Amino acid sequence: MSVTVKIPAQLRAATGGDGEIEVDGSTVGEALDAVFDQHDGLRERITQDGDLRRFVNVYVSGEDIRFQDGLDTAVSDGDEVTILPAVAGG
Amino acid sequence: MAVQALKCKECSETYPLDARFVCEQCFGPLEVAYDFSDLDAEEARRKIQAGSRGIWRYSDFLPFDGRPGDPLEPGLTPLIKADRLAERLGLGELWIKNDGANPTHSFKDRVVAVAVAKAQELGFETVACASTGNLANAVAAHSAAAGLDSYVFVPADLEEQKLLATGIYGTNLVGIRGTYDDVNRLCTELSQTHPWAFVNVNLRPYYSEGSKTLAFETIEQLGWNLPDRVVAPIASGSLFTKLAKGMSDWIELGLTEGELPVFCGAQALGCSPVATAFAEGWEVCKPQRPDTIAKSLAIGDPADGPYALDLARRTDGVIESVTDDEIRAGIRLLAETTGVFTETAGGVTVGVLAKLAEAGTIGTEERVVAYITGEGLKTLDAVRESFQMHEIDPTLDAFEAEFAEVGASA
Repeated sequence: MSVTVKIPAQLRAATGGDGEIEVDGSTVGEALDAVFDQHDGLRERITQDGDLRRFVNVYVSGEDIRFQDGLDTAVSDGDEVTILPAVAGG
Repeated sequence: MAVQALKCKECSETYPLDARFVCEQCFGPLEVAYDFSDLDAEEARRKIQAGSRGIWRYSDFLPFDGRPGDPLEPGLTPLIKADRLAERLGLGELWIKNDGANPTHSFKDRVVAVAVAKAQELGFETVACASTGNLANAVAAHSAAAGLDSYVFVPADLEEQKLLATGIYGTNLVGIRGTYDDVNRLCTELSQTHPWAFVNVNLRPYYSEGSKTLAFETIEQLGWNLPDRVVAPIASGSLFTKLAKGMSDWIELGLTEGELPVFCGAQALGCSPVATAFAEGWEVCKPQRPDTIAKSLAIGDPADGPYALDLARRTDGVIESVTDDEIRAGIRLLAETTGVFTETAGGVTVGVLAKLAEAGTIGTEERVVAYITGEGLKTLDAVRESFQMHEIDPTLDAFEAEFAEVGASA
């Protein structure tokens, strides 16, 4: 499955400025691992001990993955996986 | 200069004082850091007492070098001794902080006044926000007063009163078909592509500082004393945690003496991610899809949830929730015992206060402050059909006949 992972502005220093990265994967976790393979600096910023950090939100086509299967949430060809800071709002 | 930098609450990394809200190292929230080492507590108190009749009397504790110009200065809202409510609930000393008495009738005027002043200082021409309603009113009004353009994003199914009391200021009102959490996600994305001051996204570290003024006022209005317990609503958890920050800052600086009060948080059962996490012993909240009449508190994914949980636990407090019926009863109870008409969020706060009182959690020797964050005219549907009007012809006989049973003419 080819999906687009959208990187927030705050993390683009670790991607050489790229805001969108095309990767293959059948789950969110696999897609993120594929992104980390390209940009290793992202891994520790977004994850801790194999899980997402507590102030990171990830969405598949606008839906929070915590309402689905977390990092095991399935992704389909053409899906957008969006990483965003969780500390906004209120 | 007291204002130093933006500092990550998680990893302590520091950043310059510009429009940013997230740590690039660990994604934690940024907070304004101050250096108060030169502060003289007595001098600070005198300066406050000689200051303006609103939040800018606390300018020295806000993220500015001087007092910003502000045509709509909020704050110094009444702190009412609620003896009749205390008696009904079997409590001792109870105070109601009525923050509906602000320019746009909610506590959001405080945070927006700070955010709009910072937006102007940073040179922004457009202000924006993701709102559950009260913030929308405040951003639209304060932007209009400051002569700035504004975009206000809300869930499209918001109460009509809150939509009307936003659009009238000439803002670009955008109703999103989705929950507040959808609105918030969209605004976080928009903040990356539009050079706007989103008050509760890229300006959030400054914006949230405005809530500390509620703590400062409480202390000043209690004669520079602290409450023993506070009861406050939780949506994102920002107000709840900043109340504590304001109080602990002043304890540390010697403007007041004592311990941080017991912090009790109030949520609606239909959107209670923080109360649920509290009850379950979790350190983080599991997001929920809101379904409650307390729309101003309907945040299913609260940004400051972990900090609100920590605060309640370390002060021996609690985070409770109440049903929609208990919210309506809370609105009614406050109105008929104090003369204060609150919106649904205040019904949540009073509902939780009543619940804690009934459970015997609150001692009669305690000084309790409950925070009423918005005005009742904003959520009229919540009280519709909760009483009956006597409709009669304009004659003495009609009146006597109508009220004969209750003996009103005697």
